[in-house]
Amino acid sequence: MAATLLPPRLLPSGDSAVTVEFSRTIDDVANQRVLALDKALAASPIEGITETVPTYRSLLVHYDPCAIAFDALGEKLLALAGQPLPPVTKARRWRIPVAYGGEHGIDLEDVAKALNTTPDDIIARHAGGDYKVAMIGFTPGWSYLSGLDKSLHMSRRQSPRLLTPAGTISIGGVQAGIQCLAAPSGWHLLGRTPVRTYQLHRNPTFLTEPGDRVTFFAIDHKTFEELDRAAEAGEIVAEQVVA
Amino acid sequence: MSRLVVASIGPASSVQDGGRLGAQRYGLTVSGAMDRLSLAAANTLVGNEPFAAAIEIGPVGASFTARDGAVRVAISGAPRNADIAGSPVAMDASVTLKDGETLTLGFARGGAFTYLAIEGGIKGEPVFGSLAVNARAGLGSPYPRPLQAGDEFSVDAASGAPELRIELPKPVSGPIRVLLGPQDDEFDDSNKALFLESEWKISATSDRMGYRLEGPAIKHLHGHNIVSDGTVNGSIQVPGNGAPIALMMDRGTSGGYPKIATVITADIGRLAQTSAGTAFRFKAVSMAEAQDEARKFAQLIRSLPDRLRSSDTVALNIEALSDANVAGYAVSAVDAGTWQVTAEP
Repeated sequence: MAATLLPPRLLPSGDSAVTVEFSRTIDDVANQRVLALDKALAASPIEGITETVPTYRSLLVHYDPCAIAFDALGEKLLALAGQPLPPVTKARRWRIPVAYGGEHGIDLEDVAKALNTTPDDIIARHAGGDYKVAMIGFTPGWSYLSGLDKSLHMSRRQSPRLLTPAGTISIGGVQAGIQCLAAPSGWHLLGRTPVRTYQLHRNPTFLTEPGDRVTFFAIDHKTFEELDRAAEAGEIVAEQVVA
Repeated sequence: MSRLVVASIGPASSVQDGGRLGAQRYGLTVSGAMDRLSLAAANTLVGNEPFAAAIEIGPVGASFTARDGAVRVAISGAPRNADIAGSPVAMDASVTLKDGETLTLGFARGGAFTYLAIEGGIKGEPVFGSLAVNARAGLGSPYPRPLQAGDEFSVDAASGAPELRIELPKPVSGPIRVLLGPQDDEFDDSNKALFLESEWKISATSDRMGYRLEGPAIKHLHGHNIVSDGTVNGSIQVPGNGAPIALMMDRGTSGGYPKIATVITADIGRLAQTSAGTAFRFKAVSMAEAQDEARKFAQLIRSLPDRLRSSDTVALNIEALSDANVAGYAVSAVDAGTWQVTAEP
């Protein structure tokens, strides 16, 4: 398998960063390779790299051009990226509670209508998915998930909403998401979670990591209120599944 | 301890420093000063580390009053008229406010951001090593939001050190230099040429997140949706309407529009200081040149302490200028804000 993998492309992102691109599309193997390269760099750091940002299909590597030049860094990155994928290790797994529909998921009924089914069916399909955190970006803790059931793939809203609530659980295109802070969004809002993927004075500040596995389970709105208060007080409220 | 009280302040003014590095992988915006050289110059003048937190003042003016003792500060960046009780105060120089005195800064006369550094720095609670304000994420200290009149800073009492000025290299002019990529292959040659050969203006709707560029519409080869990937300071993304946006310090850490080019590190501050409505151009440079310029820029920051001069020498310059006037040269005015000679039309 490993022999058939194409080498990634090195795309200059200015003079102090390089994008190591494994694919132009959302592709699980590409994402595995991104996370593998990220891990490899964490395990044996290259002098001059200041920060790495994994995304669906590429690893953005920030570096200090005073410490290493583009060409030298590029060679090292290509050598590391060409190594066979390490065996899949046990990922952390989170069960995330979601209050679906109503005021917390204002698009649930419309999504059900658009897909000719019932809100309960949408909830079952969404909560039944086995997701992976492919990347975190846009705003702190915003976790982009791969693994959305094909029957739930639908294009984003024509006009994005300027503000969607903290904790929004939504779908857009082929992606699902856990949004932490209130933010603009063009995705379809199915529900809200009391879980904070980012909370400043909590340890850990960031709950999810790229590569983590995620499943959802439905809670009623009263439970949401209780868990939300607990989360506000610093509790994690997501369940970590011990494999 | 003294206090520095914000007596008045315009929008887009906040505490900024070198930025919040290390957590972009979690979606944490970097923030930090829009013009790092000016931040570093102001800090160096009062003996602070170059990227210590200082007050970034937006295009409109501001005034600050010392309370409970004297406060030593320095200003650098976009030139403005500045005074203490009517006496002019120089840009790129330190000055001490006596207890009760107010430093007043006017509108930026070109550029956008001026940095007020305070001797001993700004006291606050760093998050990820930074006091920089990121209003969207509620981060920044001592105020996690743009500054308002009435805000105050607990600061060190002025040391009484002699006042200094700093000799900065002559500002570079000419096009803003870019490296093409990472997604320049999402544009055909004629659209890349259109980007590089057109005149651009910065829209008045720009902010610390992004500078919107006004000019011709740039067309994509395969539409404007790409799978989101990472962004850097100076990424120039082209959304569906074809109007490029240069991503600045409050950018999201990832984005889903093709990025045609990236402003080189050495020129990001210059782009940040380009006023809305001013025409400018881009120029593509090679990776070797961009990295060479980035190294020179880092060296310039390191060399700032060697560029400090006693403020006394400024008085000599004024004498020289007045001599020049006497001698009949066409030197018409000394600009109190910058100590530069301004030519009258």
